[in-house]
Amino acid sequence: MTGRTLNKVYLYTRFERLWHWCQALMIILLMITGFEVHGLYPLMGFDTAVEVHNFTGLLWLGSFAFFAFWLIITGEWKQYIPTTRKLFDVVLYYAWGIFHGKDHPVQKTPGAKHNPLQRLAYLGISAMLLPVQMVTGLLYYLYNSLGGVSLAPIAFIHTLAAFLLVNFLIIHLYMTTTGHSLFSHIKGMITGWEEIYDTSRIEEWETKATTKQT
Amino acid sequence: MEFRRCKWFFGHAAAGVMVLFLLAAGPVVAATDDEALGIKLAKQAVRGDKHWTTVDHSRIELLNQKFMSGDQITQACLTCHTDASMQFKETIHWTWKVPSEKQGIMNGKAGHAVNNFCISGNAMEDKGCLSCHAGWDGTDGEVNCLSCHGKEKFPFKVTFDDLAAFEGDDDPDIQEIVSDLHKGIQQAVQNITLPRRSNCGECHFKGGGGDGVKHGDLDTSLTKPNRMLDVHMAAEGADFACTRCHTTVKHHIAGRLYTRPAAAERKSLIEDDMATKITCESCHSATPHKAHTKMNDHTDKVACQSCHIPEFARVNPTMMWWDWTKAGKLKDGKPFVEKGEFGKPTYKSIKGEFKWAKNVVPEYFWYNGSFDNIGIKDEIDPQQVVEVSHPLGSPDDPNARIHPFKIHTGKQPYDKVNKQLVAPLLSGPKGFWTTFDMDEAITLGNQTLDVPYSGEFDYVDTTYAFPITHMVAPADQSLDCIECHTRDNSRLAGITGIYMPGRDKFAIVDTIGLIAVLGALAGVTLHGLGRFFTRNGREE
Repeated sequence: MTGRTLNKVYLYTRFERLWHWCQALMIILLMITGFEVHGLYPLMGFDTAVEVHNFTGLLWLGSFAFFAFWLIITGEWKQYIPTTRKLFDVVLYYAWGIFHGKDHPVQKTPGAKHNPLQRLAYLGISAMLLPVQMVTGLLYYLYNSLGGVSLAPIAFIHTLAAFLLVNFLIIHLYMTTTGHSLFSHIKGMITGWEEIYDTSRIEEWETKATTKQT
Repeated sequence: MEFRRCKWFFGHAAAGVMVLFLLAAGPVVAATDDEALGIKLAKQAVRGDKHWTTVDHSRIELLNQKFMSGDQITQACLTCHTDASMQFKETIHWTWKVPSEKQGIMNGKAGHAVNNFCISGNAMEDKGCLSCHAGWDGTDGEVNCLSCHGKEKFPFKVTFDDLAAFEGDDDPDIQEIVSDLHKGIQQAVQNITLPRRSNCGECHFKGGGGDGVKHGDLDTSLTKPNRMLDVHMAAEGADFACTRCHTTVKHHIAGRLYTRPAAAERKSLIEDDMATKITCESCHSATPHKAHTKMNDHTDKVACQSCHIPEFARVNPTMMWWDWTKAGKLKDGKPFVEKGEFGKPTYKSIKGEFKWAKNVVPEYFWYNGSFDNIGIKDEIDPQQVVEVSHPLGSPDDPNARIHPFKIHTGKQPYDKVNKQLVAPLLSGPKGFWTTFDMDEAITLGNQTLDVPYSGEFDYVDTTYAFPITHMVAPADQSLDCIECHTRDNSRLAGITGIYMPGRDKFAIVDTIGLIAVLGALAGVTLHGLGRFFTRNGREE
C-alpha cells in the first residue's frame, strides 16, 4: 500500500469526454422515456415521453456517427480489439484480488485505456448492443413508413436490449468505484487525467495499438 | 507527436461538428407550428358553401292551388322536377331494402334484416314503422317530397282528413276554416328547402321509436348543437347539413348500406374533387395532423372517430339495453310506462325494460366499412350472445381501421326449434302492442316475411353495433395517447393482432429484463459489501 507512487496520466481527450457524457445523458434519457413508453410507470406523460425518446434517439444515432468517424480516423478503434491475455487475471482480480488488497493486473495507459475485460465489454456494448438498439430503434421509428413490417419483433428486441443496457449501466456505475479511490475513475472521465499506481510494467502488446504511429 | 496532433485535430473537428449537429437537429426534428394540413384542407373545402337558388317557390302559380291530397302536392312538384320521384323510388329511403350478398336474402327494414329494437319492419306491414317512410301512404302512392324538402313541419294527414270531412259543407264558418286550412297547406308547400338536419333528424334522430334510442351519436341535440357537441354541425359555426358530407347523387344519399361501405375508396378532394365527401379523408386528407407528428402515423390503422369522439350521447341520453322478456306486464289490466333517470322510460308494457346512458365511452373494433348481420333466415346459436349486427374487419385488412361503436344489448325472441330470430308484428289491431300475445305476434309477423315459425319461442341475448361517427368534438377534446397506450384499462384492450407500445409487453422480455436488472443490482451490492467488509483487503 505504502511507497507506491501515483502517476497522473492524461487518458481521455476532450472529445472522448464530451462524447462519453453526451452519450451517457442521451442513453439515460432514452432509458427513462423508453421504459415509460413501455408502460412501466407514468412520469412525463406518454406523448411527451415518445417525443423526447424519438428526438433523443435520432440525436444519438446522428452523433454516434461522429464518434464512429473519430474512432476510425484516429485509430482509437484498436482500443477495442478483444484479447484473452490477462483476461483471466482481471476476472480473478475482481472476484478475489480486490478483496485482498491485490493490485489491478492491468493498469491504464494512453495506449491501452481499457483492460481486457473492459475491451470485451465495451466491444460487446458498442459493436453489438448499441447498434442493435439503434437499428431496432430506427425501425421502430420508421416502421409505419416501411410497409408490411410488424412492430412486435422490433419491440421485442428493442425492449430486451434496453433491459440489458440497464444491466450494463448498473455494473458500469459500480465499476467506477473500484479505482484507487471511490471517485478516481469518474474524476478521470471528467478531467481526462487519471491517477494510476506506478506498479505494473506496461507490456509491449498492451500499447501495440498505438505505438506504430508514434 | 504526429499521432497526438492528429487525434487532437480530429477530436476537435468531430466535437465541433457534433455540437453543430446537436444545434441543428432541434428545429429539424421538432414539429413545425404550421396549421395542420387537415384543417387547412377542410377550410378550403367549405369556402363559399352558401347555397343559392333561382326559384322562389311562393311565386309558382301551381303551388297556390287548393290541394286535397298529398299525391296532388307531389304531382305539382313533378311538373317541374320531372324525374325526382322516379329517382327517389330507386333508393333505400323508399324501398327500405338492399340486396344482400347472401342468396335470396334482402337486407333492409322491409327485408330480412332484424335489429334488437322493434326487431323488424315486417315487409312494411307493420304500419307503426311507416311514420318514418317518405311517402304519403306507405309505399302505395307518391313520394312525400316535403318529408325532406319542407322547411315547416306540417300535419298534412290530419289537415287532409279535415278537408275531406268538410267537403261540400256550405256553412260560411266552415268555408272560412277550409280556406285557412288550404292557406296553411299552401304555405307549407311553398316553404321549400334543401334537407336540413331537422328534416333528416325527424327519422334518423328518433330511430327505434324515440329520441336517441338507436344511434348514440344521432339525436335531437344535433338539431342545434354547439361546437363542443359537434364541430361540423355547430349551429353557430360550420352549421353543416347532413348532406354536406352525405354527398347526394340523384337522390342516392351516400352512407353505409348494411354490408356495403359508405365509400368504395378513401380519397381526398385533392385526389378526386368529384368524390363523395362521406369520409373524413375527403376534406381532411390522410395526414390531417401537423407535419411530422405521430398522429399522422395512426391514420392507416385508427379511424379519426376513435380519438375525436371521446364519448357519445354527450347531451341527450341513448338507449343501451332493451329487454323484450319483460314486455307485456299490465297494471289493472292496462299497459303502463315507468320513467327513470334522464326522464326516459325504463319500462313500457308494449316494449319491455330499457336502460339509458349518457357520455358513453365507445367500444372499439376493427372495421372496414362493412357489417355482418344476422337476418331472420340465418341460423343462430342461442347459447351464445347473437351479434345481430357487427362490424367486419381485421388488422390485416388494409381498408380496416380501429373504429368506435355503440353496442346496444338486449334480449329478443327467437324460434326455439328453427333456431332463428323472429319478427313479431307490433302495431295494428292484431299486433303485440294491442294483444300482448307474443306467440301470435310472431306468427303474424313471420308470415309477412314468408318465414316459417315453429310455434315455440324463447328469448336470446343479442347485440347490435352502431358506428360512432357524428358528435366530433373540438381538437383539444380528443383523446390523450394514454387512453389507449396503457397497461390497464386501455380503451383498446379488446383489439388484437397488433403490438401497441404502452399496452403490450412480452412476458419473457420483461422477466429476463427484471432478472438482468435485479441480478446486476444484487451482484454489485454483494461485491460492494464484500469490498466494504474486507476494506479492499488493505491493512490499516
